[in-house]
Amino acid sequence: MSALLELDDDEYLDLLLFIKGMYGFDFTLYSIASFQRRIRRYMANMKMSAVEELKRYLEIDQFHFNNFLLEITVNVTEMFRDPGFFKELRAKVIPQLDTYPHVRVWDAGCSTGEEVYSLAILFKEEGILKKTRIYATDINQKVINEAAEGIYPLSVMKDYSKNYINAGGHTSLSDYYFARYNNAIMNEQLKANVIYSTHNLVSDASFNEFNLIVCRNVLIYFQRDLQEKVIGMFLDSLPVFGYLVLGNKESLSTSRYRKNFEVIDSKEKIYRRIS
Amino acid sequence: MEENFKIKKNGYEAIVIGGSWGGMEAVIKIVKDLPVFFPLPIVVVVHRQKNVESNLCSVITKNTRLYTKEVTDKEEIRPGTIYLVPANYHVLVEKDRTFSLDVSENVLFSRPSIDIVFESASLVFRNKLIGILLTGANSDGSQGLKAISEMGGLTIVQDPMEAISKTMPLSAIERVKIDHILKLEEIQSLLMSTL
Ligand SMILES: C[S@@+](CC[C@H](N)C(=O)[O-])C[C@H]1O[C@@H](n2cnc3c(N)ncnc32)[C@H](O)[C@@H]1O
Repeated sequence: MSALLELDDDEYLDLLLFIKGMYGFDFTLYSIASFQRRIRRYMANMKMSAVEELKRYLEIDQFHFNNFLLEITVNVTEMFRDPGFFKELRAKVIPQLDTYPHVRVWDAGCSTGEEVYSLAILFKEEGILKKTRIYATDINQKVINEAAEGIYPLSVMKDYSKNYINAGGHTSLSDYYFARYNNAIMNEQLKANVIYSTHNLVSDASFNEFNLIVCRNVLIYFQRDLQEKVIGMFLDSLPVFGYLVLGNKESLSTSRYRKNFEVIDSKEKIYRRIS
Repeated sequence: MEENFKIKKNGYEAIVIGGSWGGMEAVIKIVKDLPVFFPLPIVVVVHRQKNVESNLCSVITKNTRLYTKEVTDKEEIRPGTIYLVPANYHVLVEKDRTFSLDVSENVLFSRPSIDIVFESASLVFRNKLIGILLTGANSDGSQGLKAISEMGGLTIVQDPMEAISKTMPLSAIERVKIDHILKLEEIQSLLMSTL
């Protein structure tokens, strides 16, 4: 990526308003440095040298915009990312959830689904998957489609197996998929209780009440004000004693809503609504 | 020698330090004797093995008088503080002088990427930034130093003769106009002279 190419502030804002006007996605409250870097990277890959050129490209049709959207949002994810989190979830949260007749989970910003399958495996091993519904959402239709398919390259499963073991897995990760050619195809039984849908945390309202909301490594892409707005929405979607989980380096400690939560695990960023 | 240590007093607003193989030890030598009232923020990015929980923060804390902490998302950048970029995350400096975290793809096989920290910092601190690249076995950081140099910031590279691994400093020296090539001790004196 060229170090020289710097977007000027007016040009940047103009681009964001153009996108908002044309496709309804509002990125004005995304973290500027990282979002600009994504745009510059996209332009470099597409060999575009001016923002005008990018605008002409995005103008063509939804298909071109979707291509752009996929590249500028960060979709990098893993199964059992931060294994310690899954371990604590198993130990501290699932026993509580098990006291309910039905469990609703929201995985917000689920990307290509690795996190969703990790949750499903964990819930299955703890014997509560059958009474659970996992609502898995993302801004991006394309990653949602991939998540629903649940097909991953075999080459990455080795790393995921390590994570799974470190997350306190009961058996072997390979019990949850079958290998075909160079792919791992996730078991159907893991998909049965999952509902996939697009949902934009910036502009869409909550759609249910949940016992557990998992939103990891998504809020880091938002500016403070937007983070607060989304945390407020999560709060409204949780009953008292509902759980909220953030990414490993995110925290409620500076949020104006921090008093509404108690810390269940400070390292793994597990919180519970208390008021 | 005198010539080498000419550095505009008080002009600088931030320091970024990058390193890889042997980088941590080198960083410690630089920050060891800095006074507690050192006026600039110091952002340190050192490659680490993936998923290896490290006690980097406590290691540095034991070796410096400066307040040392791991970067957290949207945190304000304050003077006199050493910020460690966490393992497995990229860190970017925002215009409002806060940090943003990012888990996007590796850059030059690295996350954290030195280039990303250096480049984003250069866009914010412009010619008020000091970039220091230390020992390392890959070429991360060269692009970042180039950005700093192009913005008019000060570029410093550890003397390859002294570096445990020369690849990183040599790569930068080949590609970028470097202001100072110095031993760790000299880098420290130079930083003191910014007081
Ligand atoms: C880095 S991934 C995180 C995946 C997973 N949660 C994890 O931690 O591994 C970030 C995801 O957030 C999604 N995202 C970004 N902006 C969003 C928004 N406004 N609403 C919903 N999802 C969004 C991206 O499409 C991407 O899939």
